[in-house]
Amino acid sequence: MVYPMKIKILGPGCVNCKTLANRTLEAVQQLEIEATVEKVEDIQAIASYGILRTPGLVIDERVVSYGMVPKVEEIKALILKQSAKV
Amino acid sequence: MNLKPSRLAVLFVAAWIIVYFALEPATISFVSLLSLPPDSRLTEAIRFFVYEAPKVLLLLTIVVFVVGIIRSYFSPERTRQILGKRSLFLGNILASMLGIVTPFCSCSAVPLFIGFVETGIPLGVTFSFLIAAPMINEVAVVLLFGLFGWKTALIYVTTGLAIAISSGFVIGRLRVERFVEEWVYTVKSQNLTLDSNPTFDDRVRAGFVAVRDIVSKVWVYVLIGIGVGAGVHGYVPENFLAGIMGKSAWWSVPVSVLIGVPLYSNAAGIIPIVHALLEKGASLGTALAFMMSVIGLSLPEMIILRKVLKLPLILIFVVVVAVGIIIVGYLFNFIY
Repeated sequence: MVYPMKIKILGPGCVNCKTLANRTLEAVQQLEIEATVEKVEDIQAIASYGILRTPGLVIDERVVSYGMVPKVEEIKALILKQSAKV
Repeated sequence: MNLKPSRLAVLFVAAWIIVYFALEPATISFVSLLSLPPDSRLTEAIRFFVYEAPKVLLLLTIVVFVVGIIRSYFSPERTRQILGKRSLFLGNILASMLGIVTPFCSCSAVPLFIGFVETGIPLGVTFSFLIAAPMINEVAVVLLFGLFGWKTALIYVTTGLAIAISSGFVIGRLRVERFVEEWVYTVKSQNLTLDSNPTFDDRVRAGFVAVRDIVSKVWVYVLIGIGVGAGVHGYVPENFLAGIMGKSAWWSVPVSVLIGVPLYSNAAGIIPIVHALLEKGASLGTALAFMMSVIGLSLPEMIILRKVLKLPLILIFVVVVAVGIIIVGYLFNFIY
């Protein structure tokens, strides 16, 4: 990876969104990678990613998961998969 | 030992059947063990609770499990595709039925609304979906079935569908497009391609997850509700409510709906109250109307939808659905 990964959590602040944010932070810590985790709560911004269900997980502007809360291990896998593409 | 979900499901269903059929003798002997004084009000209340609570919880578990598996075959994304360019009336029917089986949480109402509009689904069709999805759900159906029998459950589903279809159709005909926030029409979203090909084991797993998520959230309400029901059962005189919520009180239907609209509760919380109402002399139409207005329309949902809908459309939405519910209420009071 050439730059710190940009991870976004899409969701208007529901319980699931918070859980996803916490798990993502945990995944980032466990992987010991450089990444920023940002919560996107603005509904217009969320809509522009095209998801019909919140929460959404976005890595480097790509939606990698939505409508569910993946486990920490699954988030780690998604991050690794995405970083392999760069 | 790591069991495959499908095998686990077989064990689960087998265990469920055994427990279900052992339940009645077990509760009967349990109650006789308590050696309660016969014919006292407290005995009546305890009996009611001991019989009803485990039965309803068991039914809830199995239905949530099965519906969880069924839902894995549907998604809002696919529903959106199916509804694509449907005409108004047929679209309303489809949208209402898909509203029942598509996984939906009111916290996602806004992104879903935007996504539907972007695909060109008519507003009226979108509303049919948004009305049916929260109002008709497996928890409501199980509780109605468990406490009042299959006829009431069926009546609820069919009238709920009728309301969702006709309200969506009416809203569609009212040409309300101008009452949607302008920015909604300008959203251009990325094309999402998250391809997943779930195996049957994945779907069964989804069923178990649904049981874990829903039953763990709802069981407290069920117990409280049945508890309230038990209290009313033993202590409040029958026909207590007949004067104000019975058939003879013509105004009871609209008043129940007016009270129910701003209130919000999930099906699990409201049905035991409906139970108590019915038992104490409220008429079926009035009780159903109250229940529909509580779970179908709510202040929190309106506040969420206000982000994409202007106030006039929110009001139109509430009024059209409320009128539909009132008509259904009168209809049942008239028939029964």
